[in-house]
Amino acid sequence: MDDPIRRAQFSRRALLLGAGMAATGSLLAGRMAWLAVFEGETYRLKADGNRVQNRLVPPRRGWIVDRNGKPIAMNRPDYRLELRPADMEDLDATLIAIRGVIDIDLAEELRIRDDIATQPRFMPVVVRSGLTWPEFSACNVRLTTVPGVAPVQSFSRHYPESDRLAHLIGYVGAPTPEQYRADRDPLLIYPGFRIGKDGIERHEDRRLRGAAGAAQAEVTARGELVRELGTRPDQPGETLKLTIDRDLQTYAARRLGDNSASVIVMDCQTGDVLAMVSMPAYDPNVFSTRVPARLWAALQEDDHTPLLNKSAMGLYPPGSTFKMVTTLAALEAGVDPDESVLCTGAYRLGNNLWHCHARRGHGGVHMHRALPLSCDTYFYVMGRRIGVDAIAAMARRLGLGQEYDLPLPGQAEGIVPDKAWKQKRYGKDPKKAAWREGETLNASIGQGYIITNPLQLAVMTARLASGKVVMPRLIADKTMPDFPSLGIPDTHLAIVRQGMIDVVNARFGTAPAARSPVADVLIAGKTGTAQVRRISMAERRTGVLRNEALPWKQRDHALFVAFVPAGAPRYACSVILEHGISGGRYAAPIARDVLTYLFEPERALAVLPAIEADAATRRTERSTSEAAAAIAQENRRMMPSWLKIDIKPPVFEVADPDAPQPPREPE
Amino acid sequence: MDLLNGPWQRELGRLPWGVVLLVCAIAGFGLVVLYSAAGGSLYPWALKQGVRFAIFLIGALMLAMVRPERWLELAWPIYGVLLVALLGVELVGAVKGGSQRWLNLGFMEFQPSEMMKLAIVLVLARYYQYIPKGYESRPDVLLPALALIAAPVGLVMLQPDLGTALSIMFGGIVVLFLAGVRLWIFGAATAAVAAMLPIAWNLLHDYQRNRVLIFLDPESDPRGAGYHITQSKIAIGSGGISGKGFLQGTQSHLDYLPELHTDFAFATMAEEWGLLGGLAVIILYGLVLAWGIRTAMGATSQFQRLLSLGLMATLFFYLAINMMMVMGLAPVVGIPLPLISWGGSAMMTVMILLGLVMGVARANRQANG
Repeated sequence: MDDPIRRAQFSRRALLLGAGMAATGSLLAGRMAWLAVFEGETYRLKADGNRVQNRLVPPRRGWIVDRNGKPIAMNRPDYRLELRPADMEDLDATLIAIRGVIDIDLAEELRIRDDIATQPRFMPVVVRSGLTWPEFSACNVRLTTVPGVAPVQSFSRHYPESDRLAHLIGYVGAPTPEQYRADRDPLLIYPGFRIGKDGIERHEDRRLRGAAGAAQAEVTARGELVRELGTRPDQPGETLKLTIDRDLQTYAARRLGDNSASVIVMDCQTGDVLAMVSMPAYDPNVFSTRVPARLWAALQEDDHTPLLNKSAMGLYPPGSTFKMVTTLAALEAGVDPDESVLCTGAYRLGNNLWHCHARRGHGGVHMHRALPLSCDTYFYVMGRRIGVDAIAAMARRLGLGQEYDLPLPGQAEGIVPDKAWKQKRYGKDPKKAAWREGETLNASIGQGYIITNPLQLAVMTARLASGKVVMPRLIADKTMPDFPSLGIPDTHLAIVRQGMIDVVNARFGTAPAARSPVADVLIAGKTGTAQVRRISMAERRTGVLRNEALPWKQRDHALFVAFVPAGAPRYACSVILEHGISGGRYAAPIARDVLTYLFEPERALAVLPAIEADAATRRTERSTSEAAAAIAQENRRMMPSWLKIDIKPPVFEVADPDAPQPPREPE
Repeated sequence: MDLLNGPWQRELGRLPWGVVLLVCAIAGFGLVVLYSAAGGSLYPWALKQGVRFAIFLIGALMLAMVRPERWLELAWPIYGVLLVALLGVELVGAVKGGSQRWLNLGFMEFQPSEMMKLAIVLVLARYYQYIPKGYESRPDVLLPALALIAAPVGLVMLQPDLGTALSIMFGGIVVLFLAGVRLWIFGAATAAVAAMLPIAWNLLHDYQRNRVLIFLDPESDPRGAGYHITQSKIAIGSGGISGKGFLQGTQSHLDYLPELHTDFAFATMAEEWGLLGGLAVIILYGLVLAWGIRTAMGATSQFQRLLSLGLMATLFFYLAINMMMVMGLAPVVGIPLPLISWGGSAMMTVMILLGLVMGVARANRQANG
């Protein structure tokens, strides 16, 4: 019955099959060895990556306080709900789930969808911030199982002085995707984590940021916590103490009213910047969350440039406040202070006349009267005699044309022109590159190429007042700086200081408005009124238009620099009102009040109500007229002249007229 | 029955006790794995599985006492009944709407496709028992044999249950191969299948297509359907050479590994016992298969040879596909690892299979000794 041939054939095939099985078995064993031995390390890491969840504990941002320890930037607890698009499964379902717990209105939903569509997927999207405690706990209970939704408790930055320190301190905001790509620091995509975006917040970000802590936990695939594996506490950021005096800063900001202006107050001996105000400004509390697009547009369009830190980034011709530089340069060049110059109201160079601000002239003017009178002619003569390079050298010694080592993200360097500068600037065209005498005349009264920022003017004044190479500083540390001497003889400085005292206090000075109301404290200063437009010959003939009659943008800048007390200088100050018409009339009183505040705050505060009421009325007037203009603009927009109503008559379906009536409802 | 008449002690002594021991070792290790998979508990799996194994083992030993000739006689009726049952499942499914794989017999749920894996081998062995040498590859012989395979495969495909259908097909083809059908026919068939692959692709259900696609690139969807393969590979790879230790698996105990007690039991085992545990399972099964091949080669009739080796090939198919799946070498098909995975019907199939082969072994020892 059993055929041996068949059996042999079966055996061959059986062995073949067995060999196939053995081969498969070795393949499996080899594959397993490959997974477990050669790739074992990778898979072990992956298994741990599954099992161990690293949670960041974001550090609290350091506070910023003023010189007396009053808070300038602090943290407030904030509850928010965030979406992490990378973990989310279905946006619509997620939103429905969220709606079951908190309200999201249509605008918010649109914003969320927009953010999710435009941002990279690893960036968290805020659903709503500023949740109340009951809302937050409801989210915690009912939304933790929805993937990609995270209730977050964090600290939000709060600036108690809102816009008064905005430009100096800056604000915080979410890191940009580029920053995360560059750093790969997981903290940067931690929901609600903020970094400094401007001002000191940005420059000192590393110090303020602190170091993140970490918590490791073992979790199941469904995200349930099995056990904590250990935590490393976070390291809060440092508290940053500034040299700013918060109260003085606030006072100065209020005193400016609705001007577009900058005020800087410095300590002449230590270089401490006590106040650095740039107004108008934005509210950093708004900027630290989300800025409404309309507000952003309004801030950008405002001709008072609320987004610009005028104190450090604004550039203005120094005008007559530069005359101290020319005076010192002349003294250094050996000019006799008693030498008299005849001012007839104009100075002739070639075919052109350089005018003095006094049309009839000052008569005979020597150095002691030149500053109080601010006689342009005197400085034309002296400037021409000593040359622009001597003036420029002195300007640089006094701190103009340079950036200081300050924790600000940007400073405008300004220009201190001399022959080398012009050569460099216009080198390609030899005709333009040569320095011309007329330019020296302009430079000697602080016009022409020369341009400075308000901070440089304050430093210049501090250096004049102290005779030392004062460097400004914003961050208070224990060490008292010891500045070297400027190397300018005291006799020279004394002449300049006396001139500045006379500007304010002498009968013939240009700034009687800056006289100190405080007994025994004399203010010394210098006015400046910097032209921003060319005055044509035709206009000169018919009489220069009064500044007040001009549109705001064409008015002169008003400047005033001062130090106090005149006898033993302690504080230096610079005030710039953009298009403020006249330094003596408008900038000087502001400097007077701000400096008064340092000695008698009550007296200084007493002037505020009137100024603020005035500013408020002007602000309302401005907004009503702007609103009216906007409406007018809207009304002027017309439809085209060929407009024609184009509506076709409606067409009705007519049923077959012969059709019998179908059965109807009884009427 | 010869069982009642025959001398008990001698008949029991002829059973292959060595293999019974091997099978007990594998199933015992399976219970350890299930105990760990439940987080160190006999419940809900290990105890029940153990009881079930004991019952099935006794059942298998009882089957082994049946003479193979009896199966030769019963082959056609068994095949016929199962084919009708498969049709019945199809009809009940069509009536109820939706797919169904089992019949409710009142006392138990009966999955005819499971049994068909064995029956196909049985019926083809019966078929080729009486085909004389040299006639195996003739069309008039081959075509009925192919029809015997095609009928259940087609019905199971309709359920749809790709894994079982492939298993039935594999069992049938292996018997044809062992029976001596010419090799060029297999070559031609392989070529034909390769050519028809695009058509088959269109006939697959979406979820089946998805499984294949994800098998080809599991990283493409690590959180979705590729999750199974990815996590299984992590479990096996992270076990290393000697494993994380009993009850120390993280992938399994923290629920990262899906189906940890059924289809992916091998990964659960490998995570805790490492490469050594895996090799042990492969070697134990290798010994069982080797015994099966030896039994087949030593059998005295073509029917017994084809039956025992065809069944062993079916067991091999289970093992190979499951292990390839957990190691990321095959797409995810719902095939459990015999004796280790939790589940009654698969265990029953395998124990019946072993019982039949043990019967062949017993019969031949009887004949020889």
